[in-house]
Amino acid sequence: MDFQNNAGPETANEEDIFVPSDDVREHLVVVGNGMAGCRAIEELLARDAGRYRVTIFGAEPYVNYNRIMLSPVLAGEKSFDDIIINSREWYDDNQIELIAGDPVTGIDRTAKTVTSQSGRTVGYDKLLIATGSDPFIIPVPGKDLPGVISFRDMKDVDTMLEAAGKGGNAVVIGGGLLGLEAAHGLTLRGMKVTVIHLMDTLMERQLDEAAGWLLKTALEGRGQTILTGANTESIYGDGKVEGVRLKDGTEIPASLVVMAVGIRPSTALAREAGLDVNRGIKVDDHMVTSDPDVLAVGECVEHDGNVYGLVAPLWDMCRSLADGLTDQHTGYKGPVTSTKLKVAGLDVFSAGDFSGGEGCEDIVLRDASRGVYKRVVVKDDKVIGAVLYGDTADGGWYFDLLKREEDVGKIRDLLIFGQAFASGGGALDPKAAVAALSDDAEICGCNGVSKGQVVGCIEMGACSLDAVRATCKASASCGSCTGLVENLLAVVLGDDVQSGPKTMCKCTSFGHDDVRREIVAQNMRSIPEVMQKLHWSTPDGCSSCRPALNYYLLCALPGEYVDDQQSRFVNERMHANIQKDGTYSVVPRMWGGLTNPRELRAIADVVEKYDAPMVKVTGGQRLDIFGIKKEDLPAVWADLNAAGMVSGHAYGKSLRTVKTCVGSEWCRFGTQDSTGLGVKTERMTWGSWMPHKFKIAVSGCPRNCAEATIKDFGVVCVDSGYELHVGGNGGIHVRATDLLCKVSTEQEALDYCAAFTQLYREEARYLERTAPWIERVGVDYVKQRIVEDDAGREALRARFLYSQSFSQEDPWAQRAAGAESELHQHLEPIAIAAE
Amino acid sequence: MTDWIDIGTLADIPQRGARTVQITGEKEIAVFRTSDDKVFALVNECPHKKGPLSQGIVHGHSVACPLHNWNIALKTGEAQGNDEGCTPTIAVKEEGGRILIARPTALKAAA
Ligand code: SRM
Ligand SMILES: Cc1cc2nc3c(=O)[nH]c(=O)nc-3n(C[C@H](O)[C@H](O)[C@H](O)COP(=O)(O)OP(=O)(O)OC[C@H]3O[C@@H](n4cnc5c(N)ncnc54)[C@H](O)[C@@H]3O)c2cc1C
Ligand code: SF4
Ligand code: FES
Repeated sequence: MDFQNNAGPETANEEDIFVPSDDVREHLVVVGNGMAGCRAIEELLARDAGRYRVTIFGAEPYVNYNRIMLSPVLAGEKSFDDIIINSREWYDDNQIELIAGDPVTGIDRTAKTVTSQSGRTVGYDKLLIATGSDPFIIPVPGKDLPGVISFRDMKDVDTMLEAAGKGGNAVVIGGGLLGLEAAHGLTLRGMKVTVIHLMDTLMERQLDEAAGWLLKTALEGRGQTILTGANTESIYGDGKVEGVRLKDGTEIPASLVVMAVGIRPSTALAREAGLDVNRGIKVDDHMVTSDPDVLAVGECVEHDGNVYGLVAPLWDMCRSLADGLTDQHTGYKGPVTSTKLKVAGLDVFSAGDFSGGEGCEDIVLRDASRGVYKRVVVKDDKVIGAVLYGDTADGGWYFDLLKREEDVGKIRDLLIFGQAFASGGGALDPKAAVAALSDDAEICGCNGVSKGQVVGCIEMGACSLDAVRATCKASASCGSCTGLVENLLAVVLGDDVQSGPKTMCKCTSFGHDDVRREIVAQNMRSIPEVMQKLHWSTPDGCSSCRPALNYYLLCALPGEYVDDQQSRFVNERMHANIQKDGTYSVVPRMWGGLTNPRELRAIADVVEKYDAPMVKVTGGQRLDIFGIKKEDLPAVWADLNAAGMVSGHAYGKSLRTVKTCVGSEWCRFGTQDSTGLGVKTERMTWGSWMPHKFKIAVSGCPRNCAEATIKDFGVVCVDSGYELHVGGNGGIHVRATDLLCKVSTEQEALDYCAAFTQLYREEARYLERTAPWIERVGVDYVKQRIVEDDAGREALRARFLYSQSFSQEDPWAQRAAGAESELHQHLEPIAIAAE
Repeated sequence: MTDWIDIGTLADIPQRGARTVQITGEKEIAVFRTSDDKVFALVNECPHKKGPLSQGIVHGHSVACPLHNWNIALKTGEAQGNDEGCTPTIAVKEEGGRILIARPTALKAAA
């Protein structure tokens, strides 16, 4: 290696050799011939080559070289010549005087001069401090023994190469980037290397636990010994290093110890010169220190409270510094940092914040066979962090998304597969991405299920997400791989895939069924508990999931769960239907469509007293009073209660109406007392909360005047008894009922009704009416549960009646008595004459 | 200069809910309290079809309008997602446990 020839140390008496005496330009003196100092000069030359006369002092006896490339030099992949950034000619061509191998020892800001170790004093107009960092040496006994070095410059590399030439054992203290690079190089040079790392995860600042673990495994595979969670007590040896002793007493023999535990900004010079120094030399956005004629750049500075240890932000600093020196004040904005590294030949990337936390969502992909781990952290549809191991090709793309705060909501499902899939070629095809994974790629990290296993279980007949979850457990735990499993289903089955339950909403990766199952299985008791245990990705849910969770808990814990009013849709919270002008309509219950003079009078009085603009007979056989203000509702209810009327729940996901026809009591065709049965049914079912609204009708004969065959539960009376119908809907998609069975007594009709209602309450998804629910589960399933299983039916009925024992309290009466009055009253009215 | 009107205490507003304030000659104001006890005040009208926002479901720092489920950001009054429109907001501050909102002159300027 003949690098010495490139720039030998200068001697003090040759001081004026490069300085044309007639040079009247401002003199810029640089302290530090390293990466930032020289880059700053390059930037300056690019802007205004002739503006300053430049002198550079360097402590190291070389021209400017690429420090990052010391690792390949140590590993034998490159020579020193290969890593030179600016050769001697560059200095000459640009009339830069390089004083190498002669560190600056003092700055006199009053005289505006610097003095070097060899005694040379040089005057400046502008001074640039670019002294970089000093390796941090942990203060343990033996730290000064010969053979204990750091890994910072070419001299350290020479020392390591010399030691490696003799073979033997080396210890590297510090499992960060530098330490692992040193360990790698020394291993390649034939030494037996042990890495001692204080933390449990290698490179814990760049990698999460999973990636750190993969890295450790790979390095061990190359013959290194990696001790994590290991604390160095001392370095021992007689006259030279002989080994390292850990706090736990372990002794590791070594003829070379490399300390790579961190760096400290090199600030001694600046501090002695009286500049403002905190952790680093304090600079403004233009890299100017507390003295306007002194600038600083690189690892030695502190900008906006931050110090840096990687080159990317330094390059930005150099640009704003050069802008400032040439009167273009752009200013440096602190960066978001990313690290893309080859650690010992292994690809590693990290950027941003991957510590997780409230509202953060992790998207994880593991491909065990390729040794790939990818994790992207998304918050509010924006990438805020990423960790890549084994395949870092998309690191730059993630970093770009992060910096630009791009909305990734639309490409979220593809994000983890990288740019080629998420934004390439126009066509968004997550299926192609999944198809491309190898068979032993891990799909479900929680349960350790590979792509091959998922495909196998789909081929064995699991045609839906639920079925896959039930058979091979993939996606059954934290749910983060749900998208992958769904895509695999689509790839394997094409159109045959049974559209599985969608997730409840974007706050969770779970579908309704999973949430309900887990609420019961884990005995969850409140909405926050569900959100916590099932990894909700939002702090308090949204207007879709909150009402659903409230219902599921209410259904699971009758009499115990305290209803969350704020998770109710306005109509259910106000016990009335909101109208387009913000007023409410009020529908009192008229049992089975029957009424009487007292009720009619009370309704008439309310209409007059509160000036209701309209009163109307509804399609559900009762009267609807329109245009009531929220503050008048409690009073209206009080008046209706006084006449014996209760809420008709015309607003609720609940039992609405029981329509009846006149039946055997009056009608010449009537076979049974349909009106009476209707009233009994309504008395039994009213007040129950449901997944969706629920309507019942009882017709006295197959002429079916009460339209029982388009109701959720319908009874058609016949001579021999009662036909029970289920799953009808007269709404958007008209669906006629399925015949459940025929029973012979009124009591049976009521019992089956209760059992059916409870089955629907317990098993349908929120906002799923009986018609789509039955289409989904099949009427045979319902028959099996209600008709064929006597004990099961009886249990369902019992659970319904138990639940009803808590829910048949008139909500109107409670409000009329003053409950939750804040929902109805304005805050104190304020009278201010409008100016 | 802003004049401030005392409208009550935090406890007067249900968490993840809202109360309304009527000021003569002015549009009704909805005062929201979020799960993290932040307070926001908006004109009680959805930018879509004037739905009473005070009656919506409050989640995070948004409210879902009770009429057609638009989501309105409480801080800015702006409709979220694909919907477009903005409800005027009213400055709120807390002082000694009381909640104060900016008085109508300021409100007029905002509207
Ligand atoms: C008042 C009434 C119309 C009338 O003046 O007759 C009515 C009014 C409304 N119906 Fe209805 N429906 C009324 C009987 C019906 C009927 C007839 C019946 O029940 O026999 C049906 C078809 C039968 C059925 O439900 O299967 C009916 C099918 C719907 C649907 C479609 C449901 C579906 O599954 O497709 C909706 C929309 C929804 O629920 O999402 C709806 C929604 C509504 C809403 C709640 C719209 C809304 O969300 O604001 C209306 C509330 C007006 C209000 O403020 O009072 N209404 N609605 C009827 C009240 C009945 C009662 O006494 O409670
Ligand atoms: C082995 C190794 C691998 C690395 N790998 C990467 C990587 O992969 N990616 C990455 O982004 N970064 C990497 N880095 C970090 C990167 O090299 C530094 O961020 C960068 O060199 C800092 O530039 P600087 O000019 O501030 O400091 P330096 O490059 O250290 O330059 C400072 C110079 O000033 C000299 N000096 C100090 N005091 C005086 C004085 N009083 N008088 C005269 N001269 C003085 C020093 O001798 C030194 O030459 C690596 C570092 C090392 C050591
Ligand atoms: S049919 Fe339509 S417009 Fe008429 S009440 Fe029902 S929802 Fe309203
Ligand atoms: S009025 Fe608010 S969403 Fe329509």
